[in-house]
Amino acid sequence: MRYAARVEVRLRPGIADPEGATIERALPALGFDDVREVRAGRSFRFEVDAEDEDGARRRAEELAHRLLANPVIEDSDVEVREAAPAGGSR
Amino acid sequence: MSARIGVVVFPGTNCEHDTVLAFERVGAAASLVWHTDERLDGFDALVLPGGFAHGDYLRPGAIARFSPVMGAVARFAAGGGPVLGICNGFQVLTEAGLLPGALVKNRGLRFVCAPARVRVDSDRSVLTARIEPGTELQIPVNHYSGSYVCDARTLAELRDAGRVVLRYVENPNGSVDDIAGITSPEGNVVGLMPHPERASDALVGSADGLPLLRAMVAAAAAVRAA
Repeated sequence: MRYAARVEVRLRPGIADPEGATIERALPALGFDDVREVRAGRSFRFEVDAEDEDGARRRAEELAHRLLANPVIEDSDVEVREAAPAGGSR
Repeated sequence: MSARIGVVVFPGTNCEHDTVLAFERVGAAASLVWHTDERLDGFDALVLPGGFAHGDYLRPGAIARFSPVMGAVARFAAGGGPVLGICNGFQVLTEAGLLPGALVKNRGLRFVCAPARVRVDSDRSVLTARIEPGTELQIPVNHYSGSYVCDARTLAELRDAGRVVLRYVENPNGSVDDIAGITSPEGNVVGLMPHPERASDALVGSADGLPLLRAMVAAAAAVRAA
């Protein structure tokens, strides 16, 4: 089976996030003075071939921990779902 | 025979020739090693120079860590061999787990490119051996992700064991505890953000990098003699 994975990586609490802070400082000028706690991060999407959803999740988590995130400074969340059939729209 | 220093080149490394010249200047025989080489026989010390290994994609050093040469670098370090990471090389060493902590984007998202005053705070490393702690040096920095971070326990370990080898006199990037360079528990693996190879002649503004390079060459010569 093929599964679609999404990994979100962001700086851990306590690690300065100058990108998020800069975005937050710009918000009042745009009228978003009700927005707080902006954290910048990034998101990765990929597909995994696996026996089942748990297997796909384990592989995606392994990839997140070994490469996509640096656990010294970053946290990651992994989401996995069945991929659309080949040739289908995504 | 001169100490032999291998300067590791990744796709995107750009300080390798300056590094070779600077080490030759202090009496070493330096040569380039491509990142796919898995044998490092015959070298007495290794240097990971500055640049943008693998384009700095994902995070600086994140992809370089998986280059074939890095297994050999790790074995060389585990055997006590002197290993120096300069700037991007420091980032590679932290990503590879050969040094603790990480280097994140500078405070205020500012790229810094300027001479920096740094102070030698420990002589317990191959880069600072026999340099009097407290000695101030002027060495250029040139980086966007040079702000050193680590957890509180790691910081306490580094401080207590004299493993913070260089500190900024005026912190240019937001590094915790003004850290500019650290070393491994045995003192044989060192990473620093400043570029000592760019301070190897008064003609270019400073020759203050030479004592550091000489210490590294002396450590390499000791390996050769052993």
